[in-house]
Amino acid sequence: MPHPWWEIWFALSAPAVAYGLWRMNALVKERRETLPLLAVAGAFVFVLSSLKLPSVTGSCSHPTGTGMAAIFFGPWIASVMATIVLLYQAIFLAHGGLTTLGANVFSMGIAGPIIGYAAYKGVMRLGINPYIAVFLAASLADISTYLVTSLQLALAIPATVGGSFASFRAFAAIFALTQVPLAIVEGVVTALIFKYIVQLRGDVLLELKVISKGALNKLLEASG
Amino acid sequence: MKGELITAAVLIVFFGAFLYVNSTGDHEWSGADSQAEGAIGELTGGSYEPWFEPIWEPPSGEIENLFFSLQAAIGGLIIGYFLGYNRRRSEVESPAKRGTNAR
Repeated sequence: MPHPWWEIWFALSAPAVAYGLWRMNALVKERRETLPLLAVAGAFVFVLSSLKLPSVTGSCSHPTGTGMAAIFFGPWIASVMATIVLLYQAIFLAHGGLTTLGANVFSMGIAGPIIGYAAYKGVMRLGINPYIAVFLAASLADISTYLVTSLQLALAIPATVGGSFASFRAFAAIFALTQVPLAIVEGVVTALIFKYIVQLRGDVLLELKVISKGALNKLLEASG
Repeated sequence: MKGELITAAVLIVFFGAFLYVNSTGDHEWSGADSQAEGAIGELTGGSYEPWFEPIWEPPSGEIENLFFSLQAAIGGLIIGYFLGYNRRRSEVESPAKRGTNAR
């Protein structure tokens, strides 16, 4: 990623991650019982982002896994988790890279989770089945991550003919298209894990205000 | 059970789509990110040079796989522990449910 873009993305990402760290710290101090859920949401990002899945376009890409963290803990704490995974991949795998870390944290750790979180809250307000809300949130977090990546690349590397707009179309065609089936799979798998967590630790979800008492009881009854 | 069935169905469709695409032509199944690198070359007429090389790269694809699987294993371990621990806990706390499938 060329100058000045990598500095810009670092500058945008750093405060969000710092705020996320502060939020996470406060959460763990005040509500110790959320700690296991925090670990699971982080582990979920770890697993999903390690899977390179083949897509119908004949190429491979990763899911992000950040949707669930965003739903449970909000986008800022999800940023911290994405940063941990991206650091791991940048250091051990030369995957992503250190100079692009800021840009990657922004797309995977900030833009994706914000969209996912907003989607979840929005759909939940409509009173639709929470699993559908989780599915949509996780899928949208996934796909928007790659749209933002395309945008970042397009801004940094405008085409000699057609400029950034032409670049964006080229990158989005590669990333976003490949990502659509993966986003669907990610959404479904996230919804399934969400179901298990509802059954096992619905109390913590209630406390985190992820779900209302009425909606939780309905889900538990349905799976009873 | 419904959730599991839907997930299984989606995974089967996903895998089926992969098999279908794989049988209909020549595909490299390369990473979308390496394709983007190719696109960078095309868009800029090859004038873009990465200015920063990774400090350390996995010496081979095998070792790269090692770190990816390690990442998945760590995550899977934590999720499995959480689910198992809490399943048992909910059984102990509500003995009435013991033996019946909590699902």
